[in-house]
Amino acid sequence: MIDRPIQSPEILMNNTDIERVLLRMSHEILEQKDHLNDLAFVGIKTRGEYLAHRFVSLVKGMGVRADFGTLDITLYRDDFDTLGDLTVGETDLLFDVAGKRIILVDDVLHSGRTIRAALDQIIDFGRPAKIELACLVDRGGRELPITANYVGQTYQISSDEYIQVRLSEVDGEDQVIGFSKDHRGAKGHKYFSHSRKDLNN
Amino acid sequence: MSRKLLIKGGIVVCPAQNIEEKLDILVEGERIIGLKKDIRDKEAKTLDVKGKLVTPGWIDMHCHLREPGREDIGTIESGSKSAAAGGYTSIACMPNTDPVVDNQMGIEYILSRAKAVGFIHLLPIGALTKGLNGEELTEISTLVEAGAVALSDDENSIMDSYLMRRALEYMTMFDIPIIAHCEDRNLSEEGCVNEGLVSTMMGFRGIPSIAEEIMVSRDIILTEFTQSRLHMAHVSTKASVELIRKAKAEGVRVTSEVTPHHFTLTDTDILESNYNTHFKVSPPLRSKEDQHAVIEGLKDGTIDTIATDHNPWLDMEKDVEFIHAPFGIISIETALPLIFTRLITPKHLTLMEAIAKVTCNPAGILNLSKGTLSKGSVADITVIDPHMELSITQDFFHSISKNSPFIGQTMKGFAVYTLVEGEIVFDRHENTFYKRH
Amino acid sequence: MNQVQFKQKHLLGLAELSKEEIELILSTAVPMKQIFTRSVKKVPVLRGKTVVNLFYEPSTRTRTSFEIAAKRLSADVINVTPSTSSISKGESLVDTAKTLEAMNSDIIVVRHKASGAPHFLARRASSPIINGGDGFHEHPSQALLDLFTIKEKKGDIKDLKIAIVGDILHSRVSRSDIIGIHKLGGEVRVVGPPTLIPKDIEKLGCSVYHRLEDALEGIDVIYCLRIQTERQTHKLFPSVTEYTRLYAINEARLKLAKKDAIVMHPGPMNRGIELSADVAYSDRSTITEQVTNGIAIRMAIFFLLLGGGRSVQEITD
Repeated sequence: MIDRPIQSPEILMNNTDIERVLLRMSHEILEQKDHLNDLAFVGIKTRGEYLAHRFVSLVKGMGVRADFGTLDITLYRDDFDTLGDLTVGETDLLFDVAGKRIILVDDVLHSGRTIRAALDQIIDFGRPAKIELACLVDRGGRELPITANYVGQTYQISSDEYIQVRLSEVDGEDQVIGFSKDHRGAKGHKYFSHSRKDLNN
Repeated sequence: MSRKLLIKGGIVVCPAQNIEEKLDILVEGERIIGLKKDIRDKEAKTLDVKGKLVTPGWIDMHCHLREPGREDIGTIESGSKSAAAGGYTSIACMPNTDPVVDNQMGIEYILSRAKAVGFIHLLPIGALTKGLNGEELTEISTLVEAGAVALSDDENSIMDSYLMRRALEYMTMFDIPIIAHCEDRNLSEEGCVNEGLVSTMMGFRGIPSIAEEIMVSRDIILTEFTQSRLHMAHVSTKASVELIRKAKAEGVRVTSEVTPHHFTLTDTDILESNYNTHFKVSPPLRSKEDQHAVIEGLKDGTIDTIATDHNPWLDMEKDVEFIHAPFGIISIETALPLIFTRLITPKHLTLMEAIAKVTCNPAGILNLSKGTLSKGSVADITVIDPHMELSITQDFFHSISKNSPFIGQTMKGFAVYTLVEGEIVFDRHENTFYKRH
Repeated sequence: MNQVQFKQKHLLGLAELSKEEIELILSTAVPMKQIFTRSVKKVPVLRGKTVVNLFYEPSTRTRTSFEIAAKRLSADVINVTPSTSSISKGESLVDTAKTLEAMNSDIIVVRHKASGAPHFLARRASSPIINGGDGFHEHPSQALLDLFTIKEKKGDIKDLKIAIVGDILHSRVSRSDIIGIHKLGGEVRVVGPPTLIPKDIEKLGCSVYHRLEDALEGIDVIYCLRIQTERQTHKLFPSVTEYTRLYAINEARLKLAKKDAIVMHPGPMNRGIELSADVAYSDRSTITEQVTNGIAIRMAIFFLLLGGGRSVQEITD
């Protein structure tokens, strides 16, 4: 956990850090012995999807078979009136969610609003046995009473600082980068080619 | 001694006398008493019109005033003002008022109102059939005696060929023409725009060009057969122009008119206007090819005159779904600039040819001793500034109704003075109308 | 990430949409359709929004489809069906528009027998207008669901040969379909008796056929239009029996098209008139899928029209 101003841009985690953290989280998930036969990882698009996929591979290596799904929460957001990016992605929950132990996966946990939307959406598919939350990064700043069951790394940073998770599947490399408030307005900076959804984490 | 007015320094364009040169005009009382270079007269008031064009007062042989019956849309007074501002000194108004002008009293009403209003000359057109019902002829001799300049059922095109034959035959004993709005109303169905790509794309029943052409054709045959004469209102299609051209060549006594909107606009303009009902007019705006043909008709004399078909409607009436909107455009205040910029500037017509279409030609068709600046004639005069530019807004119009498709455009060429019987009735610089004494 | 912005304020017709905008609507309908298979067939995105269905022409089918679409997005729906007596004059449309405006509706779906009526409303209303079918002009949501269905069945519309059969003259569906198919690169043949083919339609890029058998060769999609029996008053064809003899799609005629050709109909179908029953209920027919897809397309339309307004830039700052 860091609890100090970010030196912008600052690489907070590199690929080996991320690999290590995900492995540790997988172990933690499997330590909870309940419903191990009904385990499912559901990633919140975009980067949660890739993290969920990695978890499925990791637990498979530990001998546990898990279902995989993705959520696009656009239709469940609470800020529709100010929504600018009108792309609705596809949601893939091809397994029956009823009775499952679902691990909801996201890259950065911030306000908690995305998680609220995702919970609503999963419940509209059916009645899981339980839903847990796994996040690579918890950066604080919650606006809803939501907390993660499994956290890779916690950063207590101020609201005008910003954390970006980059994954090799979409970004070509695995990195967690922090930006100070001075960087927030840096238009055209390569790290700011993010979409609206990334910012809403 | 009556008052004198010297109109000095302008270019006189008088097709009736084949004059186009810098001349002065001396008016005494209501008549022109001099037309030559450098007139001097100490008793006369001088109207300096240097650099302006001076033409005989313009004559519109086809317009709609709404009085009597719909004074909320247009009155004889508002119509007269619109006309005067448009450069017109005489206008022939259609009888489709409420009540219909189908008797002597109707004609007398219009003439007396025009006199009371006191701006320009109104030339009443009487109905050809009672109540425009297309069944029973009006008492024609009384209409003629009362002062009707023509007879017409206008948009209620006479569908009954027998009746049309008898009407034409009967009219040979009078000096005034029938004006026919040529439209086979079975063919035009419930159409509201020209039939073609535009009607197809906009999803309207089309009014096919043949609805006009079949009637033009029939009426030419009837006119020839009855040895009568006929004036065809607002010709709009290529084949109509060709039929009239051929008939004239064969000596059939037909004459014709076109409106400013038909030589200016096409049906594509309606499509681009996004269902603007101000473009809805009868006959409908036609294709580019038809537009080209009516201009050709004007050039070779097949089309004798330009008439406005000025037709006011309230916003409330036009501000509805396209199919429910009434047909009509207010056109009398924009005719002059359209004639200048659409016909004279691109050299389709010479200045002399164009002025003939709105002065001596309509006078000839209606048998009026008007449309000339010759010595001794009544001093109805239009003074034009061909370079004046104005933007066409709602406020530009003196008409009560504002149903013009040209709102938002800038136009060039306007009447600056309109004189009737030797008196200025409209002065554009002051934007003021003056009643005649 | 797809960065196409839906800039249209209204959905008046396919004529106003770009190819990219049409594709955005079609791709947005894909996740919408997925919602139908869930236990809860509803998402909260339009919670608190009010959709007004203003139907001046009776149409259970289209109105219900818009209603279900709105409800699946959690919007409230008000159905307004002005009585026929008050709509013969045009002024009621202005008045109705003003009334709906005052009720703070968020979006208005209008069906009207006057071509251009939605355009008329769009000039006056501050809320978005969806054309639910106007006169013989356009029926954009129907065309979009048709395009969606064709895409689902055939993958891509580009270079497909599509025959539209029947009363083209009075069909707003055909006009919208022709425009849409052309924008997506397909080829359209219109088929019907000369009296039911509107003037100059070939200038829109269609080829015109009067003999159905000639038109069907090499065809991927056969689109049958509904024959309105009341058109008889306009003397456009001798009888329904004769129409059926010449233009009904039956097994024998279907064999003339490509082996995998599909048969579409906007509904409601006159069974045995436009289509024989065996074709209508065969696996070649997409009629019921069109109904399902109609809901997904209309959800996409609501979503895109109500979600627009601010740029991405504005929000990220």
